[in-house]
Order: sequence, then C-alpha cells, then structure tokens
Amino acid sequence: MSDSHHAVDTHHVDIDKHVRTYILVFVSLMVLTVATVGVYYIHMSPAVGIAVALFIASIKAGLVACFFMHLIDEKKLIYWVLGLTMFLFFVLLFTGMMARAAHQVLPT
Amino acid sequence: MEIPYTVEAHPETGLNNGKIGIWLFLTSEVMLFGALFATFIMLRIGADDWAHLKAEAELNIPLATVNTIVLITSSVTMVMAWASLMRRQLDRYRLFMLATVGFGCVFLVIKYFEYTAKFAHHHYPSTNTFLAIYFTMTGLHALHVIGGMAFNFYYAVPGAKLWHKNPQWLTDRVEHSGLFWHFVDLVWIFLFPVFYLL
Repeated sequence: MSDSHHAVDTHHVDIDKHVRTYILVFVSLMVLTVATVGVYYIHMSPAVGIAVALFIASIKAGLVACFFMHLIDEKKLIYWVLGLTMFLFFVLLFTGMMARAAHQVLPT
Repeated sequence: MEIPYTVEAHPETGLNNGKIGIWLFLTSEVMLFGALFATFIMLRIGADDWAHLKAEAELNIPLATVNTIVLITSSVTMVMAWASLMRRQLDRYRLFMLATVGFGCVFLVIKYFEYTAKFAHHHYPSTNTFLAIYFTMTGLHALHVIGGMAFNFYYAVPGAKLWHKNPQWLTDRVEHSGLFWHFVDLVWIFLFPVFYLL
C-alpha cells in the first residue's frame, strides 16, 4: 500500500473494502489449515505428501504476504528487494544440495 | 534537526524511512530462517532414519494445529488494529493490539507445554539431529514472537500517545510492526507442516 493512501482522514470506504478482504483471507487460511492437517491423515506416498503440504503452505504464505503485508499493492523498490532476496535464498538452498550431490558422485 | 521522511514518502523511492527499514530487516530475516530451512533439508535428506527420529520425538499435532490457528488469528487482529487507526478509532485499535499480544501469549503458553512434555521424556536438543533442528527453529521462532509482542505492547499502551501528536506516524509504525508480526506468522506456516506433518 502506497504512503499516499495512508491519509488517516480519508479512505473509510477503502478501509471497509480492506477489512472485508482480511476476513475473507482469514477464512481461507483456516480452511487451508484444516486441509493441511487433513492431508496428513490421508495415506499417500511421502513425495506426494511433501508436495501437497508445501503447496498448501505456499498458498497460505502467499495470502498472508499479499493481503496482510499489503504486497499486492506495494512500491516497485520493495518488489526488487524481495526478488533479490528470494533469488539468494534459492541459491543458498540449492548450493548445499548440489554440493551434496557432487560429493556423492565424486570418489572420496 | 528533524529527521526527514519519517512520515512523508521519499521522492526517489516513494517510501518512508520506516517502510524501507522494516522490509530490509525482513529480508535479513528471510536469509536467517532460509539458512535454517536449508539446514533442515540437508539433515533430512542425509539421515537414514529420519522417520524413526521424528516418531521418537512424539510431536503433538493437535497442539501445533491450535497454535497455527492462534497465530493466524493474531495476524487478523493485527491488521484490524491498523484498520482501526485508519478509521480513527483509537479505543478499538488498543483492543485489537492487546488481543494480538494476548494471542502471542497463548502461542507461547502452548509452546511451553510442548517443550516441557519433551523435556519430561528426556528429549533435548542434544538427543538427536531431528530434535536439535526442531528446538533451534521453533525456539528462534518463539523468540521472534516475544520480540513482536514487546513492540505491539509498546505501541498499544505507551506508544499510542503519539496519536495525539502525529496520528499518521503512529499508523505507519503500527503497519511496520504488523509487517514483522505477519512475517513471524508466515514462518510458522512453513514450520508447522515441515516439522509436525512431513
């Protein structure tokens, strides 16, 4: 949400719309939490179980970030900073995994 | 000398100091928890008996589910506190902020019961790699909850005086404090399935 939108004196209608969205997001998060736990009790292969659980968690995280953290309507600079952070996060994640794979392939 | 751009947006970035500051801080937090999530993955794929270690730890899924619901609810009360300031309703704002702090307390109390149950069964961070990463990540997360609660309590009670001097500044500060609180919620959204369900 841009700072120009923050004038406390105005935008009551805007805020009512925000509040309705927050309640909708809250209900969705609750449903997805129940789904996460429900999936745990359904018998499926570990790989599918991990994929489904992480997929639901990603949707939940996306809802929190977009609506509660106002990322859906944020300045470009924030998107760039977060984009770079996510890139570095994945580098961090995959460097370890690639190093492990290389260690397994190469003779010790 | 007055510090510029505390409330008004900087012409170059379109953001005030607080907004830039909190997002830069959150990116460092992403890398902190990111490193720990990467460690978790490495430990998990490297362990032959992970399922056995996890089963041995006997994590309490119902309690963790309740904690997930508590933390998500606290995120809603946090945004409602901000919305109340936008509607110029200071009393409602205080109520929602204190509710957020209250939900944080509930989360920590449940966590306390979880931890004491583990200790009663002689399950410590030193017991095995699963418990080591479990206590490290959930413990660090709990510290973040405590930090968020401290800020939220400050803005709910003594810090709310700023409303009479500069209402926009308080509104922005609460939004920034909320960004941290939602991040803490976001981390738990991943910790819950990763440790308890997978």
